[in-house]
Amino acid sequence: MTTWKPWLAAFALAPAALTALAQSHSQDAQIRVAAASCAACHGTNGVSLGGIPAIAGVDQRQLLEKLLAYKKGELPATVMHQHAKGYSDAELAQLADFFSRQKR
Amino acid sequence: MNALNRRSLLGLAGGMAALSLAGCASPARPSQRVVVIGGGFGGATAAKYIRLWAPEIEVVLVEREAAFVSCPLSNLVLGGSQTIEGLTTGYGALQSKYGVRVVRDEALAIDPDKREVRLARGDALRYDRLIVSPGVDFLYNEVPGLESAEAQARVLHAWKAGPQTVALRRQLEALPDGGVYALHIPKAPYRCPPGPYERAAQVAFYFQQHKPRSKVLVLDANPDIVSKKGLFLKAWSERYPGIVEYRPNSALVSVDAGQNLIQLQGESVRAGVLNVVPPQKAGRIATGAGLLSGGKKWVGVDYQTFESLAVPGIHVLGDATLSAPGMPKSGFMANNHAKVAADAVIAVLTGRAPNPVPVIANTCYSFVSDTDVVHVASVHRYDPEKKTLVVVPGSGGLSSQANDTEGRYARAWARNIWADALL
Repeated sequence: MTTWKPWLAAFALAPAALTALAQSHSQDAQIRVAAASCAACHGTNGVSLGGIPAIAGVDQRQLLEKLLAYKKGELPATVMHQHAKGYSDAELAQLADFFSRQKR
Repeated sequence: MNALNRRSLLGLAGGMAALSLAGCASPARPSQRVVVIGGGFGGATAAKYIRLWAPEIEVVLVEREAAFVSCPLSNLVLGGSQTIEGLTTGYGALQSKYGVRVVRDEALAIDPDKREVRLARGDALRYDRLIVSPGVDFLYNEVPGLESAEAQARVLHAWKAGPQTVALRRQLEALPDGGVYALHIPKAPYRCPPGPYERAAQVAFYFQQHKPRSKVLVLDANPDIVSKKGLFLKAWSERYPGIVEYRPNSALVSVDAGQNLIQLQGESVRAGVLNVVPPQKAGRIATGAGLLSGGKKWVGVDYQTFESLAVPGIHVLGDATLSAPGMPKSGFMANNHAKVAADAVIAVLTGRAPNPVPVIANTCYSFVSDTDVVHVASVHRYDPEKKTLVVVPGSGGLSSQANDTEGRYARAWARNIWADALL
């Protein structure tokens, strides 16, 4: 069964610092997993082998504008408008930020 | 928090944890090991992503085949626009690039108390966390007449890409012009909901060019086309008029493999090539390990972590899972399951909370010719109250019509997802 290490650390670390640490970790992990879903089409970390646009290293703002336009149905697409509608604007911003920081 | 602060905090947390541990246990813990059973879309992806995200964790992948052969695109082998070699990828890069230990063997049994996987040939593998991605097994006991290996070698499924795919193509090539190809589809759920209807289009595509007097007869145990109904009906009637015939509610009674005869409720059909996709359940290892849920066919999982509801410490991925509402049994979904599970396993082994609200997605492309494709897509978000993944309202949908832009995307998608799992 699972052994939860945070309980051990909790005795030694100030609770506020621990909470901040846990939050930043789980936020990182959450966006990393959401971004990994995109990798099924766009390649691992957004590095596409071709045929589908690579999104690694694309400017955050440019990527976000595109995603929001897909979501609003303002940009013609085959499937991206249907995917973009599954995410909040804040999540799309986090995804755009994640991919903008990946190496091409 | 900036990166430097986070790092120093991490160092502090690590040091303190070690200190507080020292009083009661050995401070030097050996590296933790995850064993993954099955190197398909789910298992291979999970193995790679654990190593990508947590290189300190040892990963052992157990796979019985020498190479991965993709089910997606394998209907194109029947249509003639794709080779089986082009669908095949080895496991070498998982080992050389990502440090996954790939063991070519068959997992025979799981001992959750000893946390061990017993293998057919090699020594048992100890694990700290186990991921099982076994795909599907065929329920030949539900297809009277196809119980023997001999009968199964004659009436093919070709529902796991590989030698059967090539053999079915040969049967189609040997069929005289004017002969009938009959495809029987089991009751849902089965692997790849749109797959049988794509197959009908691919065989029709081949017949149109080489055997224009031949027919494709789709015998569906379901009351209606399970996926992309309008798009498939349009493709069949406009592209292959007079070739494809669809018969719903065609429950199978028995098969006479020697005669290529299929007995349905109320009628029997003799075909030149008979292709029966048998009913399915989770891969065999799941049955022995006691992982199956109520209906005894699929594995119920906690959709936040993909941990089995029946046996703690074992995460189950892909087609073998009791699918969440609106979730197809697809390679794409298995790939996405794998990433949520990989993160959850790392969370457990490193002592942080699992991802509270996983969001995953699916796109299934189906080829209605050698170039033109239709898709269905969906986005699935974890609902903590319902404790399952639910389709996000307003997300997803279908192609407006078959088109070759998506045909190019579908082939590019395949290359990218194979690489995402294996390269």
